[in-house]
Amino acid sequence: MAVAAVPPVILVNDLVKTFGDVTAVAGVSFSVGAGEIFGFLGPNGAGKSTTIKMLSTLVRPTSGRATLAGYDIARQSNEVRQAIGLVFQDPSLDNRLTADENLKFHAMLYNVPAPVFRTRADAVLAMVDLADRRQARVATFSGGMKRRLEIARGLLHDPKVLFLDEPTIGLDVQTRNAIWTHVRGLREQVGTTVFMTTHYMEEAENCDRIAIVDRGRIQAIDSPAALKRSIGGDTVVVSGDDALAGDIESRYGVSTRRSGADVSFQVAAGAEFVPRLVADFGGRIKAVQVKPPTLDDVFLTLTGRAIRAEEGSSTLETMRQGAGLRGRR
Amino acid sequence: MARALRTIYTIWLRESVTFWRERGRMIGMVGQPLLYLFILGNGITAGLRLNNVTSVGYIQFLYPGVIALAVLFTSLFSAISIIWDREFGFLKEVLVAPVPRWAVAVGKAFGGATVALVQAAIMVVMAPFVGISLSVTVVVALLVLSFLMSLAVTGLGVAIASRMASMQSFQMIMNFLIMPLYFLSGAMFPLTSAPTWLRVLMTADPLTYGVDALRNVVFSGTMVGTGSAARSLLEVGREGGLVRWPLGFDVVLMLVVTIAFIGFGAWQFSRAQAA
Repeated sequence: MAVAAVPPVILVNDLVKTFGDVTAVAGVSFSVGAGEIFGFLGPNGAGKSTTIKMLSTLVRPTSGRATLAGYDIARQSNEVRQAIGLVFQDPSLDNRLTADENLKFHAMLYNVPAPVFRTRADAVLAMVDLADRRQARVATFSGGMKRRLEIARGLLHDPKVLFLDEPTIGLDVQTRNAIWTHVRGLREQVGTTVFMTTHYMEEAENCDRIAIVDRGRIQAIDSPAALKRSIGGDTVVVSGDDALAGDIESRYGVSTRRSGADVSFQVAAGAEFVPRLVADFGGRIKAVQVKPPTLDDVFLTLTGRAIRAEEGSSTLETMRQGAGLRGRR
Repeated sequence: MARALRTIYTIWLRESVTFWRERGRMIGMVGQPLLYLFILGNGITAGLRLNNVTSVGYIQFLYPGVIALAVLFTSLFSAISIIWDREFGFLKEVLVAPVPRWAVAVGKAFGGATVALVQAAIMVVMAPFVGISLSVTVVVALLVLSFLMSLAVTGLGVAIASRMASMQSFQMIMNFLIMPLYFLSGAMFPLTSAPTWLRVLMTADPLTYGVDALRNVVFSGTMVGTGSAARSLLEVGREGGLVRWPLGFDVVLMLVVTIAFIGFGAWQFSRAQAA
């Protein structure tokens, strides 16, 4: 397991949560360094939201310990709550109030003094490009604007950690990209630690490190690049004469697969391997292709299942949430 | 403690602002009490004599009961808005904040009571139309009683709303709790003339004392009869058993019930699931 280079702001030790017979989180341990963008990647029902709920003191862990900004999540819930910002999967704004009023309400609950509030509100609204809409009622906002306002609100009290639970679910691709631009910008501007969950591979690529979770357990933690490297590197696809496959196997000691005229095999660094391949077999090769591994491949390798296949089967997650509040969406 | 007070104020402020923003709702909410008062009140006045106390018209008897109705419904709807907040997700914002839950419940109760106060004030305007004279003292006392009654009902409502996941069970709460509470409160018929079993239930209904207190206050400023025979409506009402207990007794009981219900609401809300 990779250890964060900076002092950890989140420290989790064997956290478990069961709901009756269902084990949502089956003992996770990890740490998140200050200023990191850390992601929980996994299919619906993997235990991502439950972990966020435990870390944000909304749900009591069945066993295990965790500290956030030095505060114990089980015993110092007020301190923890003051130190975090939360953006939920679905909106939690008051539609009848304006953007500004929603922020004001938040500031009052989080004890942000009135003089500080104005400057902070200006700053966070500017950060998410909503400064010109501050007087508008939230009811008139699009889904993306609401999400941005929630991110702004989550940052208003200057939290140590910002939790984003599936921050771009239900948003179109353009809005998704915009949200990510804001999240990355936020790290550059204020250095807030971001803890996010997602089941979108493309989104997980934005994280400094990701934990791949499945069935309540962490399968691997590392940077997206290292995770992809860990499954054996790039796939090289070569097309050439019929004897090529056997010659490549004997020369490099790799196992190849054939599909039609194509021969494919895996090497640690595909791009660096190509010159060597061409030097050795130059005249016999018609085409070379290098395919970098995706996080999908990583998930598949670790769990034996494709993450995509899990989409749409959110029944378990809904059941778990139904036990507490209600289903998502 | 400063944190708790700030929380109470914050929640109260939101209730007040959102109510003001949707003040059109007010018209809908006074509709029902006015129906009771003018249609039911006038209709029944014409058809019945109350305990042979001919000098008190049914509409005058009903008037304090209708104020209680307005307060009851407004308070209940304020508290039940917790369920809407839950449906629309806003409740989570409150539940994850670093503030004591009980203070949120108390803030909610004060918010509901403020809205109910506005409703009660609207009902006060109707007094001249039903032959009730009001003085400043009467109006102030009436509003204070309404506020107190509303705090109790909102407290109870918060307790109910904390346990309700959706609006679907609301109809049941209405039919099996709120309407019985109202019918048994003596708002629409006097306790004295009710059969014994009913009287037992009515005496057990905390709202009964609120209605009795309102009647104590409302009747005190109105004179009936002429010349030397003129007496206050309160005196006549007492003789006829329409006003049963002294105001002081009613108020003490209301205070006890209010504290108990707010405590119950705060306790239940503290146990509410955030997510």
